[in-house]
Amino acid sequence: MTIDIKTATIQPRRQTYANVARRLGADRPASRYEESMFDLQATGAFHYRPTWAPEYDLFDASRTAIALEDWHVLRDPRQFYYGTYTIARARMMEATEKAFAYAEKRGRVSGVAEDWMTVLRHYLLPLRHYEWGANMNNCNITDIGFGSTITEATMFATMDRLGIAQVISRIGLLTDGGSGTSLTAAKQDWIEHPDWQGLRHAIEDLLVAPDWFEVFVAQNLVLDGFVYPLAYRAFDEAGQGHGGGAISPLTEFMLDWFDETSRWVDAVIGTAARENEANAGHLSRWTNDWAKRAREAVTPIARAVLGPAADATLDGIAADLAVRGRKLGLAV
Amino acid sequence: MNAMPPLQKQRKLSLKERYAHLTRDLGWETTYQPMDKVFPYVAYEGIKIHDWDAWEDPFRLTMDAYWKYQAEKERKLYAVIESFAQNNGHLNITDARYVNALKLFLTGVSPLEYSAHRGYAHVGRHFVGAGPRIACQMQAIDELRHAQTQIHTMSHYNKFFDGLHDARHMHDRVWYLSVPKSFFEDACTAGPFEFLTAISFSFEYVLTNLLFVPFMSGAAYNGDMATVTFGFSAQSDEARHMTLGLEIIKFMLEQDEGNVPIVQRWIDKWFWRGYRLLSLVSMMMDYMLPKRIMSWAESWEMYFEQAGDALFEDLSRYGIRKPKYHEVAAKEKHRLSHEVWSIFYNYTQAAAFHTWLPSEEEMTWLSAKYPDTFDKYYRPRFKAWSEMAAEGKRFYNQTLPQLCTTCQIPMGFTEPDDPTTICFRSAEYKGERYHFCSDGCKDIFCHEPEKYVQSWLPVHQIYMGNCGGAEVKDVLAWYHLNFGVDNFDYEGSPDQKLWDEWQAQKAANPV
Ligand SMILES: [Fe+2]
Ligand SMILES: [Fe+2]
Repeated sequence: MTIDIKTATIQPRRQTYANVARRLGADRPASRYEESMFDLQATGAFHYRPTWAPEYDLFDASRTAIALEDWHVLRDPRQFYYGTYTIARARMMEATEKAFAYAEKRGRVSGVAEDWMTVLRHYLLPLRHYEWGANMNNCNITDIGFGSTITEATMFATMDRLGIAQVISRIGLLTDGGSGTSLTAAKQDWIEHPDWQGLRHAIEDLLVAPDWFEVFVAQNLVLDGFVYPLAYRAFDEAGQGHGGGAISPLTEFMLDWFDETSRWVDAVIGTAARENEANAGHLSRWTNDWAKRAREAVTPIARAVLGPAADATLDGIAADLAVRGRKLGLAV
Repeated sequence: MNAMPPLQKQRKLSLKERYAHLTRDLGWETTYQPMDKVFPYVAYEGIKIHDWDAWEDPFRLTMDAYWKYQAEKERKLYAVIESFAQNNGHLNITDARYVNALKLFLTGVSPLEYSAHRGYAHVGRHFVGAGPRIACQMQAIDELRHAQTQIHTMSHYNKFFDGLHDARHMHDRVWYLSVPKSFFEDACTAGPFEFLTAISFSFEYVLTNLLFVPFMSGAAYNGDMATVTFGFSAQSDEARHMTLGLEIIKFMLEQDEGNVPIVQRWIDKWFWRGYRLLSLVSMMMDYMLPKRIMSWAESWEMYFEQAGDALFEDLSRYGIRKPKYHEVAAKEKHRLSHEVWSIFYNYTQAAAFHTWLPSEEEMTWLSAKYPDTFDKYYRPRFKAWSEMAAEGKRFYNQTLPQLCTTCQIPMGFTEPDDPTTICFRSAEYKGERYHFCSDGCKDIFCHEPEKYVQSWLPVHQIYMGNCGGAEVKDVLAWYHLNFGVDNFDYEGSPDQKLWDEWQAQKAANPV
């Protein structure tokens, strides 16, 4: 049924929700990101203390050393809300699915030299557990972080890391004829192999770290800042001469994801650092401490894959990360 | 590096095994940090889990498929929201009074979707088993979806109607919204197992049909296609959430016999807590929908009494019985909605939606649906109020009500066996006296008094001067409730004035 009413008589009485208008400084049309992201979390009149953390309110800004006048400054430059987030990921996944379909049609990854396949399994497949650690760390921030702006984005990151762990696992299944033996072996590497213990140790320490903003910096800026360029760029390049190019389309997702997500990570950390000196101090200290640790943690696997070239590669990655940190206003 | 066995000899994985590799096998036993430090919250409630691997995944959904399906659903939903706005879909509803149901939904329910999102993130981080953790994480992001799609759907209504403008702010402050707020915060501040019993089982599995079906069918009956669409779109998520609810209950019950009494107590508590919350829905169904779907009593019979019978029959093999006080709910079903609507009629000056007295035609419907109670108890009451209003002496209750310490609803429910006497219960704790609307609410308090003495009771808070001032107008300003616009009767409201203008236009320009 259409209704013929002169549009003049149905002028909107307001353009957006009042809480959004207060934040925009005027009642003007707001984006879907703005309407669905601001102020979703309760900030007061809490009824009961959490039985699992009675020293805090259910949502409590004091669970991190970082202080912000308004937690909603931690905006996401991608402007993700659930709809745009899932649509963006579905699109990225389409290309990955095509790559898998192409490889799966052949039953396995063809053209990869047998000795490189062994290397690849050793460096790539244990990363699914690293991703699972990153999933838990971002889920923890979604739990105890403060303000719907940061926690909705970490929710998306949580699911991203599960998704990436599954892409890695599927590569494993592709290389072992769908038997899962490569994944069982990779888990054993993650638990026992000396090449992986530094990284696993770092991740486990983060799982119990109390300050969620430190976890954000350590996981999403620093550890990822080492692991992604190393595994998906440097290792991938090293494999090109051994037929590793057949794998590259399958890990393209991770590179695209890292580039896109880094914009958000940088926006969050840069905004917090600019707000006050104390913040900048904490963020710099966390970045420096974790960068040292991250480099040590990935050195064994870098040497195992890259040989003598490893140290120069890690120097480059560390330098890139330092440049990135300085751009965000960190003393690194 | 581990040597790989030759490929050809390997057996292909079953779908179940493959899914396990893609989910629960991602987890590992930590050794650099002890497991009980990584997962510190799984023991203190007394639930014993001997084998997390025994967890049966309630559904198998990997992230690639999740993104794909959900993106498809979002594309369709936003196309509808878009065209609803462009075509001024709000003009198609049966009557502007209907929008008051949406006001109750956006201020009372949508913030709960967000709370559920954070609550599931908590459990999604803290369960030991990676399988249940993933199921919880998916629900965590789904619930964020529900909050956001509801806000986007209502955005158009907010442009044309009052009372939808500041839902979160109101949810945290307005007196009757402390009912849903305290309900969910009670669950979120509980341990992970109680949270899932409360929300996944009692709320999503047992009571969800009594909450969402009335709102969504109400929307369909009243021409609100936008709300219908988000409701439908959320339904496939709900199907997953319900299977998780049943699975977690069975998992706890199967893991250890000692879990049975703990779970039974939680089922009792959360049944009653959920039922009291639903009293707001009962008035919505019987009084706020211009075109009604079914009565609250019919809905209770169909969705709780009949469906619940089958469910608890099934659970009886674990030693679980029907929730305590279900028979009180059965006794109350013929009066609940009338008692609650009366409370809101009396306090219309402090509500963020409009009230009205049922028309003659509506009272005929209510008499038919409630033959034993309506004409006897409520019709005379409405008649008296309508006469007072006609004489220019519309009845307002000017004294602040006493609230139940547990459910936070004003004392307006009657004795289970006497519909003419208000039910009061009380208990003493550390020298203070606390008041309750029912035995159900009193039991809940007495089992965890140290929790419920913390309740942020809106009326106490007003008396303590924490709500913007002592005058009603000060308190309403603090609520961000626009006096004379959002509150009072529908008759004479700006909503009504505008709606009538649109209707006049419509009549003047027949299609
Ligand atoms: Fe939901
Ligand atoms: Fe109560």
